[in-house]
Amino acid sequence: MKLRAAIVGPGNIGIDLMLKIARSEYLELIMMAGIVPDSYGLTLAEEKGIKTSLEGIHGILKEEGIDIVFDATGARAHQMHAPLLKAAGIFAIDLTPAAVGPYCVPAVALEFGLDVDNVNMVTCGGQATVPIVAAINRVAPVEYAEIVATISSKSAGPGTRQNIDEFTETTRSALIKVGGAKDGKAIIILNPAEPPVMMRNTIYCKCDTRNMNQITQSIHAMVAEVRKYVPGYHLKVEPYADGDRVVAMVEVEGAGDYLPKYSGNLDIITSASIAVAERYAQHKRKGANS
Amino acid sequence: MKHIRLIDVTLRDGMHAISHSLSAEQMAVIAKRLDEAGVTTVEIGHGDGIGGSSLQYGFAKSTDREYFAAVSKALKNCKMDVLLIPGIGTIEDLKVAMEYNVHTVRVATHVTEADVAEQHIGFAKRHGLEAIGFLMMSHMASVEKVVEQAKLMESYGSDVVYVTDSGGAMVPEEVKAKISAVKAAVKVPVGFHGHNNLGLAVGNTLAAIQAGATVVDGTVRGLGAGAGNAQLEVLAAVLQKMGYETGIDLYKLMDVGQEVIDPIMHRPQVISNDALVIGYAGAYGSFLLHARRAAEKFGVDSRDILMELGRRKTVGGQEDLIIDVAIELSKQRKQGAL
Repeated sequence: MKLRAAIVGPGNIGIDLMLKIARSEYLELIMMAGIVPDSYGLTLAEEKGIKTSLEGIHGILKEEGIDIVFDATGARAHQMHAPLLKAAGIFAIDLTPAAVGPYCVPAVALEFGLDVDNVNMVTCGGQATVPIVAAINRVAPVEYAEIVATISSKSAGPGTRQNIDEFTETTRSALIKVGGAKDGKAIIILNPAEPPVMMRNTIYCKCDTRNMNQITQSIHAMVAEVRKYVPGYHLKVEPYADGDRVVAMVEVEGAGDYLPKYSGNLDIITSASIAVAERYAQHKRKGANS
Repeated sequence: MKHIRLIDVTLRDGMHAISHSLSAEQMAVIAKRLDEAGVTTVEIGHGDGIGGSSLQYGFAKSTDREYFAAVSKALKNCKMDVLLIPGIGTIEDLKVAMEYNVHTVRVATHVTEADVAEQHIGFAKRHGLEAIGFLMMSHMASVEKVVEQAKLMESYGSDVVYVTDSGGAMVPEEVKAKISAVKAAVKVPVGFHGHNNLGLAVGNTLAAIQAGATVVDGTVRGLGAGAGNAQLEVLAAVLQKMGYETGIDLYKLMDVGQEVIDPIMHRPQVISNDALVIGYAGAYGSFLLHARRAAEKFGVDSRDILMELGRRKTVGGQEDLIIDVAIELSKQRKQGAL
């Protein structure tokens, strides 16, 4: 039996999630909810025969038996949604920087306690770079991790633009909390070049670089983990040591579901969210069987 | 007499040319001398602004807080200014500067991305700071685009809007066209920040003033990213000769150059081949030293790296792409050799 899912926030991310859920063996999309009449996302959902609501989260709460909600609105909205979802016993996957629940980067740790009812998907930059930091940190403890995420201007929506500080701060925090670095910094750059540039990320880690073979192997293993849910994720150049730092560069080509392939930044966070939802569904199935 | 406001960026843009190596104490000494020479606004800190100290751009000798503390104590009449590039620096970094009575924040974005500055300009204005919208790499956008983005900067609350030639890639006609169009479109004063990669920093600054700019940047000895900036003591002399009032004591400013700037310089501030290529290709000025380092590490010509960066339409801050390009060029070279 598939879990009954709903999406709140029918923007680019919401639409991409909708297309990905349609392929899932574990999830069935019941509702797409927004607050703006005739938005493209809601129209598209209707065309696909999915129920829509203009009452946002309240529309979803009125619907019977929703198991899981993807929140693709904004940080402030999710602060309000989180307690409502919790009270209704609905599992929340938060794609905003609100960070009500613990951060989740599936390639690093997909397991979450059964008592967890809300997980936060960090940022696109976090999903792309935290795995590499964690991969280095597990073989050579990272003193300081710094990442630079370059994304095409076209794929940075108004939410990112109006809250760019939230992006840098949330990403930095995940480099430490999930990646395991002692300290960190995140930089984001928007590039307007045409044709749009692919999302690329540079990861610098200060650590003991004497055993580069082991570090490189660990990075390759991690890249393979990420590729399980984001096939377009790949190393741009072979990681190398530069004095006391390791430098790695990854590029993320999107699946091109709704957003074009250059929007790897959006694809990586929607794909990671689906991975989390499917793991939750597996937990639930096991729970139901036992 | 017509007044031109000069903003000194020796202690910020100049940091690019010396790998951000000034200590807070050195910075305070220079700031004091600039103040005494009649400079009214001095921009300080890491070359990439507050929060810029990093592996990507190089670590500064001192922390932001140390720079603010030392310089704010040294200044009497001159106001302290910081640069904030959203995506690199944050409002949290700005709050530190506010503890030390920062007067002005220049919020800098790529010329097409002004909307990422709304959050920071709004915050600065709510807290009583002067906020200046700073459109970097203005050579990369059309006149219409520059005007559109300048109007956005004004709508967020900018007290001044800047057209910034970060790559030293603009020629005087272009400067005139862009400045006069912006001047006609906004009510706030218009500024210009030039670089000397094509030997035009002072000339372009004059073109900007003739087109209506009333706030312009310079650095003592021209110390700055790429080929450096408009040389402030030269600019002050030229402006005085042309009948503009700047408030600068020319001898005192020249003495600052000779006595405190010359000794800290790592190399003469000239238009080297690499710097010229930056201006010609339209790449970002601070790529210069990073490209040289990558060229040496991967055995390629730094000019080829810079040309390729211009061709790829890179924007300010993309220093990490330099390595990527150097590796690709080095692979191509090896394949060519086989």
